[in-house]
Amino acid sequence: MADEPKKQVNPKLIAAFVSSTQNVLKTMVQIDSKIGKPSQKFDSQPSYDVSGIVGFSGEVVGSVVISFREQSALDIVEAFCGEKLDLHSEDFADAVGELSNMIAGNAKKDFGLEANIGIPSVIIGTGHSIARLRDVPCVVIPCSSEVGDFAVEVNIKQMSCVPA
Amino acid sequence: MVMKFLLVDDSRTMRNIWKKVLSSLENSETVEAGDGVEGLNAIKENGPVDIMLIDWNMPNMDGLTMVKKVRETDKATPIIMVTTEAEKPRIIEAIKAGVNNYVVKPFTPDALLGKIDETLKRAGQTA
Repeated sequence: MADEPKKQVNPKLIAAFVSSTQNVLKTMVQIDSKIGKPSQKFDSQPSYDVSGIVGFSGEVVGSVVISFREQSALDIVEAFCGEKLDLHSEDFADAVGELSNMIAGNAKKDFGLEANIGIPSVIIGTGHSIARLRDVPCVVIPCSSEVGDFAVEVNIKQMSCVPA
Repeated sequence: MVMKFLLVDDSRTMRNIWKKVLSSLENSETVEAGDGVEGLNAIKENGPVDIMLIDWNMPNMDGLTMVKKVRETDKATPIIMVTTEAEKPRIIEAIKAGVNNYVVKPFTPDALLGKIDETLKRAGQTA
């Protein structure tokens, strides 16, 4: 059987993540971030080595991954927390998770849809893979800031209305 | 007079940020909890607090459930929900559950302090 064509991601949902990322970093970390041109990603490996993952359910399902270079993650977390944290400490993972939570939650309010976000997970280490929805593209939003590069990887789809 | 804050969020990072913001207030004391269950236990163990800051999405017991349980016996202690849930229906749901004010993450320190001040004034107290 031929593969089903992938659904397109609603650009409004992508725009919500762009706005949210800039807002969260500016407000909580006092960092200006520049957003590059979104593109599609076809492999399961995130862009960088530290991933904050938040799942969506409800009228939007899937996940968003905030992916950081190791050093960028360390620097952003230091600016967020006000102290240097060890890459492998619980507090570091907690900080990455909370940033991811805020980016996902802040984006969700602009969806215009009923969606829930899960509690974030954090993975640290080069070469990890993330299982994604297969029937919708993963859109990578590249970001740069004074403390380094990171990416917001959006793999979500709107659920069709189910008749009563 | 010492003002006692109960801080309930599963993120220790966020609780530390709240504590840092509150450190600018004179005579503030904090009690922390990592979820709604711990929050309710903290009230039992530490006695009444003057104001609660509660996150919504937490494991074991979420913030909305904790607020409802608190309000079963305590209608008076001011509660501020501090959360990423920003949609109007959610805010209405939280107010119906008994929260007195609402702060959406991300927030600036001044925004949080402003909401605390506003909430306490409405309750007839000052920080």
